Amino acid sequence: MEIKLFFKYDFDILCKTFIKEHLDALDVSYAINSVNEVVMKDNLQEEKYKTLSEALKKYGIEILTDKKSTLIERIKQAIDDMLNDDKNKHLKLSSYLSDTLNYSYTYLSTIFSENTYTSIENYTILRKVDLAKAFMCNTNLTLTEIAYRLNYSSVAHLSGQFKKTTGLTPSAFQNIMKKKKDYNLQ
Amino acid sequence: MSTTLLNIVLADDDEDDRMLFAEAIEEIAIRTKLSLFNHGQELMDYLILPNVVLPSLIFLDLNMPIKNGMECLKEIRSNPNLKDLCVAIYSTSSSEKDIEETFLNGANIYVNKPNNFSKLREVVEKVLQLNWQYHTSNLNKDTFLFRI
Repeated sequence: MEIKLFFKYDFDILCKTFIKEHLDALDVSYAINSVNEVVMKDNLQEEKYKTLSEALKKYGIEILTDKKSTLIERIKQAIDDMLNDDKNKHLKLSSYLSDTLNYSYTYLSTIFSENTYTSIENYTILRKVDLAKAFMCNTNLTLTEIAYRLNYSSVAHLSGQFKKTTGLTPSAFQNIMKKKKDYNLQ
Repeated sequence: MSTTLLNIVLADDDEDDRMLFAEAIEEIAIRTKLSLFNHGQELMDYLILPNVVLPSLIFLDLNMPIKNGMECLKEIRSNPNLKDLCVAIYSTSSSEKDIEETFLNGANIYVNKPNNFSKLREVVEKVLQLNWQYHTSNLNKDTFLFRI
């Protein structure tokens, strides 16, 4: 008889634990600053760098060497941090990003648009809608609660942006996801 | 980053639609390599070639002879090597039943074929941007579901 197990992931814990285990195995001194930033306390020997980079590659993790892509990842991470932090989520995105990353917003937004085919603003909307989708699928939060968590001024604002971005209303999306789950269980 | 070529495939039995699609994709900023197929079987034969470079996005027409889009979608989702590919349905049908059925079978994006060229270019660009974000960002692929 087969049994299906369902998982829920905490991306933050998952990544940090994973990176920690790999760095511990290398016997180096380091500090994990965020999901995508680690500081090596001493110079990392080339041999160890190679071992680490090979080991991570298998899991789809890449060590960024290009300055632009590193900055873009840091922008995306800062957006996530802001959206997930109750203290900061009310701040203006442009000033939050320039304060955390120490670059002018104009510079950040140019680099971002030139390399990702989308603006920081559009990416943030996409990410918020993505988080709203995750709340709808994995929690029992109401739309009102989700709107509050993601700092929308009202449910109507959340629904409007959701519909405009995904082409589906929140309820149509929830219906499809629910049916999809039942469908895959058959 | 912007020098990477994005591999895109389209399976559509209508020659004019294929041609217009190719023109539209040429005109947008994202650099792509487009491969065209006349029907579903041709596409599936290609996807299972031993040394194939898998596309980062598949556009599937629904109504095609020999093998239709829905059959392709089901085959893709049940093949371990292909199941994670991003699939956009590209169809004239706007029946809610068709749309829901494609989502239930694992389509990521449902696109209604636009009836003029500038709209087509806009739509193709939007799909490619979305696909790009899902490939390069930490967005949840289980809820990668859009109707455009």
